[in-house]
Amino acid sequence: MDQIADATPAEKTDQEVTVGPIGSASEKNEYVLEMRGISKAFPGVQALDAVDFKLRPGSIHALLGENGAGKSTLMKVLFGIYRKDSGEILIEGEPVEFTSSKQALDHGVSMVHQELNQVRSTRIVDNLWLGRFPTKNGFIDEQKMKVDTQEVFDSLDINLDPHTRISDLSVSSAQMVEIAKAVSYNARIIVMDEPTSSLTENEVNHLFRILRTLRENGTAIVYISHKMDEIKQIADEVTIFRDGKYVGTFDAATISIDEIIHQMVGRNLENWFPPKTNHPGEVILEVKDFSSTNPRSFQGVSFDLREGEILGISGLVGSQRTELVESIFGYRTIQNGTLLKNGNSVVNRNPAVAIQNGFSLVTEERRANGIFGVADVTFNSTIAHLKAYLGKFSMLNDKGMREDTQRSVDQLSIKTPSQKTRLSSLSGGNQQKVILGRWLLTSPDILLLDEPTRGIDVGAKYEIYQLMIELANQGEAIIMVSSEMPELLGVTDRILVMSNGRMAGIVDTKETTQEEIMTLAAKYL
Amino acid sequence: MEATVTPKDTSKKPFNWVEFLLNNAIAIILIMLLVVIVIIEPRFLSIVNFRNILAQASTRLIFALGVGGIIIAKGTDLSLGRQVGIAAVISASLLQAVDYAYRMYPDLPKLPILVPVLAVVTITAILSGINGFVVAKLKVDPFVATLGMQVIAFGLTSIYFDRPPYGAQPIGGLDRDFMNWAQGAFKIGSFHIPFLIIYATVVAVIVWVLWNKTRFGKNMYAVGGNIDAATVSGVNVFKALMSTYIFAGILYGLGGALEAARVGSATNRTGEGYELDAIAACIVGGLSFNGGIGTVPGIIFGTLIFMVISYGLNFIGISPYLQYIVKGLIIIIAVAIDSRKYKSR
Repeated sequence: MDQIADATPAEKTDQEVTVGPIGSASEKNEYVLEMRGISKAFPGVQALDAVDFKLRPGSIHALLGENGAGKSTLMKVLFGIYRKDSGEILIEGEPVEFTSSKQALDHGVSMVHQELNQVRSTRIVDNLWLGRFPTKNGFIDEQKMKVDTQEVFDSLDINLDPHTRISDLSVSSAQMVEIAKAVSYNARIIVMDEPTSSLTENEVNHLFRILRTLRENGTAIVYISHKMDEIKQIADEVTIFRDGKYVGTFDAATISIDEIIHQMVGRNLENWFPPKTNHPGEVILEVKDFSSTNPRSFQGVSFDLREGEILGISGLVGSQRTELVESIFGYRTIQNGTLLKNGNSVVNRNPAVAIQNGFSLVTEERRANGIFGVADVTFNSTIAHLKAYLGKFSMLNDKGMREDTQRSVDQLSIKTPSQKTRLSSLSGGNQQKVILGRWLLTSPDILLLDEPTRGIDVGAKYEIYQLMIELANQGEAIIMVSSEMPELLGVTDRILVMSNGRMAGIVDTKETTQEEIMTLAAKYL
Repeated sequence: MEATVTPKDTSKKPFNWVEFLLNNAIAIILIMLLVVIVIIEPRFLSIVNFRNILAQASTRLIFALGVGGIIIAKGTDLSLGRQVGIAAVISASLLQAVDYAYRMYPDLPKLPILVPVLAVVTITAILSGINGFVVAKLKVDPFVATLGMQVIAFGLTSIYFDRPPYGAQPIGGLDRDFMNWAQGAFKIGSFHIPFLIIYATVVAVIVWVLWNKTRFGKNMYAVGGNIDAATVSGVNVFKALMSTYIFAGILYGLGGALEAARVGSATNRTGEGYELDAIAACIVGGLSFNGGIGTVPGIIFGTLIFMVISYGLNFIGISPYLQYIVKGLIIIIAVAIDSRKYKSR
């Protein structure tokens, strides 16, 4: 494994290089990775259209674009998960075409996935050296595994026992292990897809320290993220894609966030948030003394929600926000507590009853309990609302289902080749819109949204905010759980702050500050 | 705001023969086998053979459609064959001809066929309902739950079957009307259509409607596709699984009675191993053990392919042992190709 990392690019110059549209011989040593004119089409969608991407050694290069812009597709092409239709990939001037992640690893190209691919039931060392266990006399050399792991951890300032089970680690620690693994392969190129989406601020800072260390050691990092402030903080260069096309590469130090967004969406977003036009009315829902059956989860939460109001729920990771909304929806059981809707007591024993009572929930984990990946858009749009399409002899009315799905597609600007497309082949943002559409079809009075904009690009986020405000305007009562402070401040009317399973307070969005919310979030820690 | 993206023209890509051959490998293998069979024995191409194949595939299709629903709901059913056995044995014992010497119930009057058939359908519906309960409520893996039921059902059948006065003798001498129920045919002049083909067609149509046009079907696909998303979407997962298993049980009972009447006798070993044929037909027909995927036409295709192969190879005198190898290869090839398809490339 070592020889790759030690070889300097210059030693490989005798390799014949096929000249691409922009490639020239002198550029070769400047980049550790060059992707030229890469195209990739899926049935109905040109996912990549002759895009370029050039990565300098010892740099952090942010790859930006809206959902469906082609970032992930490009990385999958790099790792041979997708086969490219045309274009070429050069690593230190040498054309390569990987057919597996293993091959990529052998060339020093590594990826830290958005969803971690780890064998969770085994220990850190087993994961780190998986597929290349060191052996001694035909047996696995436990001692060497442990020592080598410790060495990598020390170099990255990671403080974990190499014998801990992965399933006992927090998300951020598991991610650190994944980075350590990439480093242990002497990776020259590490691709990170949304690495901070589930990290706390401290964990993000630790991650950034590690990334800077790696950069100093000459590793090139491709950093895919939607969080603008992070990119300004950590990236050296920024490459932007839009609709499968290459827009440009910019110096991260000089380009402004507004300019980045402008380039990503191809238009100016005057504001990050649509104007707030909704006016809260009568109280529609009273939550009284809600406590989870799990003593370590939320206890004694009481609040009310008004028609036409957007109530934010803020809190740190682990403050039990998700558990709270899922319990309101009947997806989790409660120990005690009452719900009054329009003054009448309702008991959401399970989601089916909750739906009947006019509740809807867009869950936090889209993949785990949101989408039906193998089913098509129509199925995914109508599954929560089948009752409405019952016709003669309890037969479902296909035409009605298609029409409603089409309305969702139009209203939410869902980009899909057709209604018959499998949901798993849509981008994350479009999947999220389909789920939103599913719930809007049930015409709920109370809409619970758990991290509705997670992993979604700026343009789609704006559309979702707009939709929320429109719905509130029509009298819909909305609860939005979010980890993103700006969107809570930009969209909501009031913010309920959870701290360690308890309600720390409810603040008026117009009068509060980020600092006040953070203080409340830490109240019961 | 832009709406649906119009599909871009992807036809400009050169036609990929390898892809085409791989994606249609099963159909191509079938066609090649047929061509070989016809070259060796041109008489294979006849209406009689065609009809025989369809008739023999009929009960198998009914079983495959039963277990197919369970597979779509991300389950499996190893107790299928033994449930067919219990249905066959009980229905046969209640429908022996009144003048037959070795009747299990010597004093039983001639029953209308419907009565025993409803009885065995009820029994298999209950057995399958227990499967559904164990899977949906007790959260036992379907493989394990139905393996247990397989053994239990065999025990039940054997206790019923092997007892005085005649002990473990095949239950034969069936009532003529009962046998005619499965072996008979509609005759229009010299042309006749076996009842079995009609039953299978009716069952297939009903199943298609249930799967595609009712909430029962949609919920079944939902539970198989993503059980947690189904729960959040208000699907009653317990009810969906229970009805899927019970419906399968109804088909096993019906098919079991037909099987007894078709063969003309039943023993406690009737139906042995049928679950593997039925599951194989489903898998070759495009169902996935990952759940949420599958169609009725696919299952029909899967069932027919095995029937055509065994009938055709028998017709040209190929050793049945060799036939096993061919069938096994087809199962593996079919699934290998399928997993390839679902890797989006």
